[in-house]
Amino acid sequence: MKKVYVNDKVVSVPDTATVMQACELAGEEIPRVCYHESLSIAGNCRMCLVEVENAAKPVASCAFPVAEGMKINTKSDKVKKARKGVMEFLLINHPLDCPICDQGGECDLQDQSLYYGKSYSRFEENKRAVEDKDFGPLVKTVMTRCIHCTRCVRFLDEVAGTHELGAINRGEQMEIASVVEEGITSELSGNIIDLCPVGALTSKPYAFKARSWELIHHDTIDITDGLGSNLILDEFQGEIKRVLPRFNEDINQEWISDKSRFSYDGLDVQRLDKPFIRDDKNKLIPSDWKTSLNNVTGLLKKYKSDEIAAISGSLTDVETMFVAKELFNSLGIYNLDCRFNGSNFKINNRTDWLFNSKIIGTDKIDKLFIIGCDPKREATVLNARIRKRWLSGDLEIITLCTPNDLTYETTSLGDDVSLLSDPSFLTDIKSFFNGAKYPMIILGDSILSTVEGEKIHSIVKSLSDNCEIIRDGWNGFCVLSAYASRSGGLEIGFLPSKGGLNVKQIKKKISEKKIKLLFLIEADDFDLSDLDIKSTKIIYLGHHGDKHATKAEIILPITAFTEKKALYVNIEGRPQFTKKIIQNKGIAVDSWKIFRALADNFNLKFSYNNHEQLLNKIYKLHPEISFINQIISSEWKSFKSSSIKLKTLKSNFAVVNYYQTCPVTRASNNMANCRKRFLKKDESKFNG
Amino acid sequence: MIENKNTKDFEFTKKNLEQVKKIFSKYPDDQKVSAVMPLLDLAMRQIGGWVTESAIKHISSMLNIPFIRAYEVASFYSMFNLEPIGKNFIQICTTTSCWLRGSDNILEVCKKHLNVKNNQTTKDGLFTLKEVECLGACVNAPMVQINDNYYEDLDTESFLNILDSLKEGKKIDIGPQNKKRKGAEPLGSA
Repeated sequence: MKKVYVNDKVVSVPDTATVMQACELAGEEIPRVCYHESLSIAGNCRMCLVEVENAAKPVASCAFPVAEGMKINTKSDKVKKARKGVMEFLLINHPLDCPICDQGGECDLQDQSLYYGKSYSRFEENKRAVEDKDFGPLVKTVMTRCIHCTRCVRFLDEVAGTHELGAINRGEQMEIASVVEEGITSELSGNIIDLCPVGALTSKPYAFKARSWELIHHDTIDITDGLGSNLILDEFQGEIKRVLPRFNEDINQEWISDKSRFSYDGLDVQRLDKPFIRDDKNKLIPSDWKTSLNNVTGLLKKYKSDEIAAISGSLTDVETMFVAKELFNSLGIYNLDCRFNGSNFKINNRTDWLFNSKIIGTDKIDKLFIIGCDPKREATVLNARIRKRWLSGDLEIITLCTPNDLTYETTSLGDDVSLLSDPSFLTDIKSFFNGAKYPMIILGDSILSTVEGEKIHSIVKSLSDNCEIIRDGWNGFCVLSAYASRSGGLEIGFLPSKGGLNVKQIKKKISEKKIKLLFLIEADDFDLSDLDIKSTKIIYLGHHGDKHATKAEIILPITAFTEKKALYVNIEGRPQFTKKIIQNKGIAVDSWKIFRALADNFNLKFSYNNHEQLLNKIYKLHPEISFINQIISSEWKSFKSSSIKLKTLKSNFAVVNYYQTCPVTRASNNMANCRKRFLKKDESKFNG
Repeated sequence: MIENKNTKDFEFTKKNLEQVKKIFSKYPDDQKVSAVMPLLDLAMRQIGGWVTESAIKHISSMLNIPFIRAYEVASFYSMFNLEPIGKNFIQICTTTSCWLRGSDNILEVCKKHLNVKNNQTTKDGLFTLKEVECLGACVNAPMVQINDNYYEDLDTESFLNILDSLKEGKKIDIGPQNKKRKGAEPLGSA
């Protein structure tokens, strides 16, 4: 610790602190434009000048280390004059177009020129103009406004790791530009909009939609991937206008992926606002709740319980799966599964499918083995965190069946799953993890959905035990799922029980025409493409008329995550709530209410009649998720498997279409534009 | 975006690859990236006075850095040309010392004589004119740099003489053109 004086006030600061950090510890506000806590120090805006005793000139506090006994002055006339001078230079080429600028009202430059700038301009010459760049469908550029703080360049270099922007030319001609034709392809590109201290980079979808002071901010969470990133949804006149990240050190820090940020426009289109029933002429006709629920009850009564199955999808909340499970189990139906992608594994306890080290645990790992997943596209923000850890050094990463563009250096062991059952493999991995303090294995949910999934899960669990991945105070066995609903479903056990069928078996039975009634609860990603479903009647619950809606016998409209308060559990086992922000569409209802109403049709006595009572029941039965925003860890059960043989299976489990993975993102125009622009090369690989 | 006029893939010639090795040997192992400037220069000489996009790409992959990082360097320094230039690349210094000693006249004469504007190449491809900042030969102002050579102590007459000689392929002495100096010694002494 060093002692320094800030405006004659003594503060003790860490040895490695900068003058700016010392000033902040002393409670002084230092204006800055280029400096950002999460990025490297550039020191090129000069807005943070302060006076240091015995220094000939004011120093840039963001880049200047403290020294013992240093006397810093942030309020002297010299500092004030220096700031005014710097601001005058910054504004030389900055246009005075704040009234038509989307950044207006939340602009660092605007605020700082008010507090630290001159009250008038002395500039009479011509301002320079810079050609706007085309960065793609998400980031709008007005490059004349750019003050060359290089935050965006540093972000893409350091956090996103795609190196797509640079400062080209010099002096008066300097420009921020991309040299790649596609624009900014990074899945984190939206964050440069937040980072830009001026209006040079703004959101294209949000352009001229609202002013920042008109927006109402709502805290909620993201459900486009399994991380449960914290979000702020900005609402204006009952519509979502934009999405911003909400800082949460434990999950997403201050970043969110483009899918979380820009898919909100999908919430307004292709929505189901009333129930539909298929009539005699095989046409779906609008209906009301009473008729449609009675029809569902009729169908439930008509078929035997082993002819009925239910599958929940990637956006289903905990409440729905809980009530649905209770209803179906009371009716003797046990063919339930929340793992719509067919992932399959034996479950002893929660540690079998949790991201046990927690997301924050990735900050200290020193050896990492990634198996069968695509963290760059399945958990973008987590991937950036691994990259950050990798950049700080001393992290070795090996991968198996994983794409090789993860933005950090990895040693690939190939694309063949069967390597896992190779006898020499265990010794190799053991020697790899030898000496590691915080070893981690990330096991992809994708690889568990293959035919060998169950065996792979056992092998990797046993491997983790053998390599001492789990030790006192550390559990590095992490399963990575890309779906917001997955942990919640596993937590409350929306799974086959008492001899019920799992997704793969249900599929088989459908093709054998033995499943007559199938409930698809937002399960559009359940693959029906190669199945003959003529003899299966589908009850479709969804908020969007997505993939399977047209195949349905009865369509029941439900609310999307912005229209309900609902519980989601992220990959770590962290329960979080979404917030009800906008009105339900038409007569759509929260999905759990449908099953509650069906229970009444069967005269079942469920002990809850409202959301609060329901939550209390869930908390009572599942205390692990009863503490909101907290993770309750579970004990690891040691596991040794005897030798298992795996069939050869080659894949790298790369996500081909990052932008469209759920009903909301598929309905989103922004996401469709991104796919068209950024995934041109892979267009042939998309189906549907 | 750079306008790419040369789509041919760039490779260093065998002779230049030797040179590349020599350049790399000058830098410590963890700072090989510093070789970006001498490599760009070498590529520029091989191509004929300018660097193509594919050359920058080639160099960035040799150094294992993103393309944009090498391109930033190439675009930052005025010594790297990103567009084709004529056989004789005339850089006229117009910074203070040269300007006081009449560099404006030389620039005007040059433009008129070659019938080009700043940053343009003559139709016959012999000359490219570029106005530049100080080249560090202020003692012998005004001066111009043509390709790798400095021509100093100029006046319009001696400058036109140089241009004509270059056009005709005649040999000319480099350095001071006023026949009074050999180097940078004071004019009055002797």
